[in-house]
Amino acid sequence: MTTVDRGACPYPFSEAQGLELDPEYGRLRDNGELARVRMPYGGEAWMATSYEDVKTVLGDPRFSRAATLGADVPRMMPLIQNETNLLTMDPPDHSRLRKLVAKAFTMRRIEMLRPRAQEVVDGLLDDIEAQGPPADLVEGLALPLPITMICELLGVPYEDRDKFRAWSDAALAFNAFTLEEIQAGRDGLREYLAGLVAQRREQPTDDLLGVLVQARDEEDRLSEAELVQFGVTLLVAGHETTANQTGNFLFTLLSTPHLLRDLRENPELLNPAIEEMLRMTPLGTAAGFPRIATEDVVLSGTLVRAGEAVMTQLASANRDGGVFDHGDEIDFHRENNPHIAFGHGVHHCLGAQLARLELQVAVGSVLNRFPDLRFAVPVEEVPFKTGRLIRGLRALPVTW
Amino acid sequence: MADGRWNVAIDSGTCIGSGVCAGTSPKYFKLDGGYGTPVADEVDADDEVVTAAESCPMEAILVREVGTDKVIAPLD
Ligand code: HEM
Ligand code: SF4
Repeated sequence: MTTVDRGACPYPFSEAQGLELDPEYGRLRDNGELARVRMPYGGEAWMATSYEDVKTVLGDPRFSRAATLGADVPRMMPLIQNETNLLTMDPPDHSRLRKLVAKAFTMRRIEMLRPRAQEVVDGLLDDIEAQGPPADLVEGLALPLPITMICELLGVPYEDRDKFRAWSDAALAFNAFTLEEIQAGRDGLREYLAGLVAQRREQPTDDLLGVLVQARDEEDRLSEAELVQFGVTLLVAGHETTANQTGNFLFTLLSTPHLLRDLRENPELLNPAIEEMLRMTPLGTAAGFPRIATEDVVLSGTLVRAGEAVMTQLASANRDGGVFDHGDEIDFHRENNPHIAFGHGVHHCLGAQLARLELQVAVGSVLNRFPDLRFAVPVEEVPFKTGRLIRGLRALPVTW
Repeated sequence: MADGRWNVAIDSGTCIGSGVCAGTSPKYFKLDGGYGTPVADEVDADDEVVTAAESCPMEAILVREVGTDKVIAPLD
């Protein structure tokens, strides 16, 4: 067991650049170290970087998300998380909430939405084509697809998208916005969803929000605050993630000619290619949501004491050479790809099947439609956003 | 509400190893070689088993009543 105090390293190690992962994570992982880091807020934490450690922290009930609620825990986000949602709950409370909607997100149910996703993408690509090159695939495709899908599932009016996009963008900021703006984003989302809930009490609906309202009013299976935050979580998680990853994946393909060629020559590789890009594309600019150990646990030979915080870096776990051969390389022909880009354990991404569907349809269709797709500006000029929880392009200017 | 004996099975070809079942109900589910596995194939009826089965994104967990083979979960 480690006894020497090496001192905590200031975190993040560096500012995220494009889709690059800071090599320090790989170094720590390959040294078998559990890192000690000083987070921007809330003090020091441990940082898990290996596949095994990250899976343990995400999957083992001795690590709690609920213990971070309302507490000044080590973290990336400036504000303390004081609103209960799926991601701040442990079982059995978490299971009580998640099972209310789990059925709507199973593989089987999501597959039924494939024709609708295709129709939405075809319509978006028609518009892009009609307007002629150049086009911005972020505004034209990556954002409107997931927003349309989650709006239809939840029952949120698509016309309100500019409003909730702005709130959501601020709510997930590190330093791209002021504290007041971040708080206003969170308040805006909460009040907006509370309004949609109120409408459903006047006029019941059979969308997911309607189902949740019914579960509260008729069966008392969740509280009012849980209901509203559930809506917020689904709306935000349902579009920020896939929208950014769609742009990120297209960026990877357009900037790596041999990958693009491989996929164009072997269209049956689409699904494995999406899985491989999920594995290799760090969605977060920094390590994910902290967990608190509820008992002493040993990780990579280091004792984590009860009450201490552990951060996880999914992207370095996903490149762990012990699990993935030549783990730092993108290979669409990989046989075995048990990546954890959607997390692991009780918080394993509820929307994973929906995200896969959207990414498959968006990336597959855009390559089909535009056989000569390429950047409309030099690759260095494709702009990335900064100062946020999630990595992504500000715009993806393309021509064909 | 639940009584009797249930049979619990996981279709290993369908399981994606999400770990949701084992996290939701370590009493009845564990991960073995990265995939979900029932701790025991036959258990006393318990709603916790249904909760875990209904949380499986792949609907890979099948819960049936012993004797009658009536499907307890997943139900539509
Ligand atoms: C490429 C797209 C996506 C990626 C990479 C992704 C990734 C993740 C990850 C890593 C987690 C676990 C976080 C943790 O344990 O700390 C998570 C949770 C979650 N995701 Fe996703 N996600 C994506 C898309 C979506 C979509 C489209 C939805 C739509 C509903 C969604 C809804 C959720 C929800 C509700 C949770 C919390 C689940 C829980 O706590 O039980 N995600 N996601
Ligand atoms: S919840 Fe389903 S997919 Fe996930 S590990 Fe259990 S059986 Fe496998």
